[in-house]
Amino acid sequence: MAMSRAAAAVRQRRCGPLLPAARSMASWFGHVERAAKDPILGVTEAFLADPSPDKVNVGVGAYRDDDGKPVVLECVREAERRVAGSTNMEYLPMGGSVKMIEESLKLAYGEDSEFIKDKRIAAVQALSGTGACRLFADFQKRFLPDSQIYIPTPTWSNHHNIWRDAQVPQRTFAYYHPESRGLDFAGLMDDIKNAPEGSFFLLHACAHNPTGVDPSEEQWREISHQFKVKNHFPFFDMAYQGFASGDPERDAKAIRIFLEDGHQIGCAQSYAKNMGLYGQRAGCLSILCDDEIQAVAVKSQLQQIARPMYSNPPLHGALIVSTILGDPALKSLWLKEVKGMADRIIGMRKALKESLEKLGSPLSWEHITNQIGMFCYSGMTPEQVDRLTNEFHIYMTRNGRISMAGVTTGNVAYLANAIHEVTKTN
Amino acid sequence: RTQRPHAGALRSPRPRPSIPPTAARGTHPRRSYGPAHPSRAAMPTANVRAAQPSADRRLSTLVRHLLPSSPRTSAATATSADSSLQPFPTMASPSVFAGIAQGPEDPILGVTVAYNKDPSPVKVNLGVGAYRTEEGKPMVLNVVRRAEQMLIQNESRVKEYLPITGLADFNKLSAKLIFGADSPAIQENRVATVQCLSGTGSLRVGGEFLARHYHERTIYIPQPTWGNHPKVFTLAGLTARSYRYYDPATRGLDFQGLLEDLSSAPSGAIVLLHACAHNPTGVDPTLEQWEQIRQLMRSKALLPFFDSAYQGFASGSLDKDAQSVRMFVADGGELLMAQSYAKNMGLYGERVGALSIVCGSADIAVKVESQLKLVIRPMYSNPPLHGASIVATILKDSAMFDEWTLELKAMADRIISMREQLFNALKIRETPGDWSHIIKQIGMFTFTGLNSDQVAFMRQEYHIYMTSDGRISMAGLSSRTVPHLADAIHAAVTKLK
Repeated sequence: MAMSRAAAAVRQRRCGPLLPAARSMASWFGHVERAAKDPILGVTEAFLADPSPDKVNVGVGAYRDDDGKPVVLECVREAERRVAGSTNMEYLPMGGSVKMIEESLKLAYGEDSEFIKDKRIAAVQALSGTGACRLFADFQKRFLPDSQIYIPTPTWSNHHNIWRDAQVPQRTFAYYHPESRGLDFAGLMDDIKNAPEGSFFLLHACAHNPTGVDPSEEQWREISHQFKVKNHFPFFDMAYQGFASGDPERDAKAIRIFLEDGHQIGCAQSYAKNMGLYGQRAGCLSILCDDEIQAVAVKSQLQQIARPMYSNPPLHGALIVSTILGDPALKSLWLKEVKGMADRIIGMRKALKESLEKLGSPLSWEHITNQIGMFCYSGMTPEQVDRLTNEFHIYMTRNGRISMAGVTTGNVAYLANAIHEVTKTN
Repeated sequence: RTQRPHAGALRSPRPRPSIPPTAARGTHPRRSYGPAHPSRAAMPTANVRAAQPSADRRLSTLVRHLLPSSPRTSAATATSADSSLQPFPTMASPSVFAGIAQGPEDPILGVTVAYNKDPSPVKVNLGVGAYRTEEGKPMVLNVVRRAEQMLIQNESRVKEYLPITGLADFNKLSAKLIFGADSPAIQENRVATVQCLSGTGSLRVGGEFLARHYHERTIYIPQPTWGNHPKVFTLAGLTARSYRYYDPATRGLDFQGLLEDLSSAPSGAIVLLHACAHNPTGVDPTLEQWEQIRQLMRSKALLPFFDSAYQGFASGSLDKDAQSVRMFVADGGELLMAQSYAKNMGLYGERVGALSIVCGSADIAVKVESQLKLVIRPMYSNPPLHGASIVATILKDSAMFDEWTLELKAMADRIISMREQLFNALKIRETPGDWSHIIKQIGMFTFTGLNSDQVAFMRQEYHIYMTSDGRISMAGLSSRTVPHLADAIHAAVTKLK
């Protein structure tokens, strides 16, 4: 960028002896390359840029109502009204809001959990699910530097980024079975058995992202058993508690099975979806320890990781969560609203499947209703997805993952038709 | 320094093992994690002293299971590694994190923890730098409350994810606030700004970016500096070294030392600069000194990384407190800037801040921004919405902006008044020593010059809490508590040396 001589002269006068002119415009960052767009968040960017009136966004996993609008839950609005103006904005402790943590542990481990009573859980408030996973990954690196993490194939793409940036080596384990669009249970069990004793595994507690394929209760019991045999460490990422079946207790079943079996788990919780608190970055990381002393020690070390990252977590989301979960009436309202969201999605799954069947699609679409949670792993190829985008202005990630939350009674027919068009010659 | 657990939670003493560790678990020996490693126990590396031999823990776990009353009693029968589907004896395995020791209390935040535990009615908290009113109460600015109410009443507002880089309005307005609306860098689109979690988050993201993309991995930080700085940069992947800054003899700037140390830094090294109101010393360079620093740094191609946590809080004027930064931007060079709204907007817990990188060209700024996203996404995906929305609401409304500047000036003025009152109180008591630095230093903190013994004395005898380096937060003082502090200082310097 050329600078006029006049500007250069002004600059010279203002700043004293100027460095060689080239220096002033030369950059230390000239070699920096443009980074690739995030595969998930980039989809919404592209959607927003599209002027077509028919466009449909089934990309990012953020809930939409039947009008395709984002939703703020009533319980959240009420909680906000209560907290605004009633508290100051002082720093939370490094470990976050004590109240929010207490309530989060009850949700994940059970209201009457002996582990809570015995104070055996090291827990800190985290920056939603991402932040919780990252704290754990950094903690794993620091205290078990020789360990690796086994990540399911496929998984939320950011999981790979998180453990990579924490410098924890990754391996994958079998999970999704493309032919059946279901769980590759045999492959999964094999990989668990073949992993070295004491390996760390990342498990999606419910509503697997991106496939929507969850093990059955019986399968979870077998997985837990095999984990005991191999002394593996289970780390649960629970981003959809309540959102999968509509019942938070039910969605925590896998975790409860593992706890019953004596596993000392780690758990990342997020309130982004189930409380609609996306942008507030509200979450919790917990690690079940041997005893209270150890829990105190582990928590203190987690805080040592948070302090040089962001010092202490944000207040607002924590206040909302603890207000809702700490008030029986508000909690009850929340449970109702969560069920409402889950039910709408279950309804849309049914509608999409039936529409495709009515169109006479030669393929099986059973998986749409077999899968659970926000996402449907359609089985479409990247090329088919590209056609959906280019020809029909339908936006989703190129792995064929459809965010069912973006499907409405208004667009389900259009969506079904488009999917049928690009897949009918399969 | 293992923290002792609450008395009520103490378990009965663990039995000393006479059984070698591997045998303690019967026939299911516990192996270490990761690839088979014969002699390696799952011992952590960083920051650790073993709290208790892990053998103790394993034995105690076993003992728990053998006691008839234990709910988790199991027949400690042999188990083979076969995959039979018999219900596995429910035996809690010892944790993989068994050897982890208690981390040290944070030196700054730990002061408030100790203060909270103190039952004395005359206690004063001069630890963490959070503003307090004359009544010693935390304060939310009126304009912030109004902005918050506006946001909450607005039914159309949603809580969706922000982009990875944060709220766009907030970013633009923040850059304007620190660099000036007419800044050439902004006019030329050479500034990449991303919303981050307050100052800490901005520093960390900036540090990580530099560790990945900058050719020099060393960052020079002033001696002393905010306690968290070295950790932030080290974890970001940089190597921290220090440059002289504070002169204990004058309780002012060691300007010669600073120039010497920066002169001997390798070309291209990163230099952390406190934009104003240096923390913890309150000692700032004069404008002339800043100009010399700028020239030296540019001549050695040292990369400035500014930490601006107190814009407007130091002198009461937003523009005045940004002069050092703007000087560097005006010469056309590059720099990093970490901005915090914790103090100047009182948004502490909402974690609002911004990292700006002033680049050589608009094109570079676009690429730099894209790389910043790659740092942020695996850390927390996108930043928190609430605080940034409040800031944007205030900054973009000229009436609210004006109201903010008045409230900010009032906070700064109260602190300046506390400085004067403390200085006068010590003068009246004829406390030995030169205390003029109290009124010469600027911003929230005063580096008193008290040593750690004196600090401890003041805590024990007078219930005054400050960090052990003798830093006091003037924001924690009031007209009511100044005399008590002056008495304490007087006692400390006359009784202890």
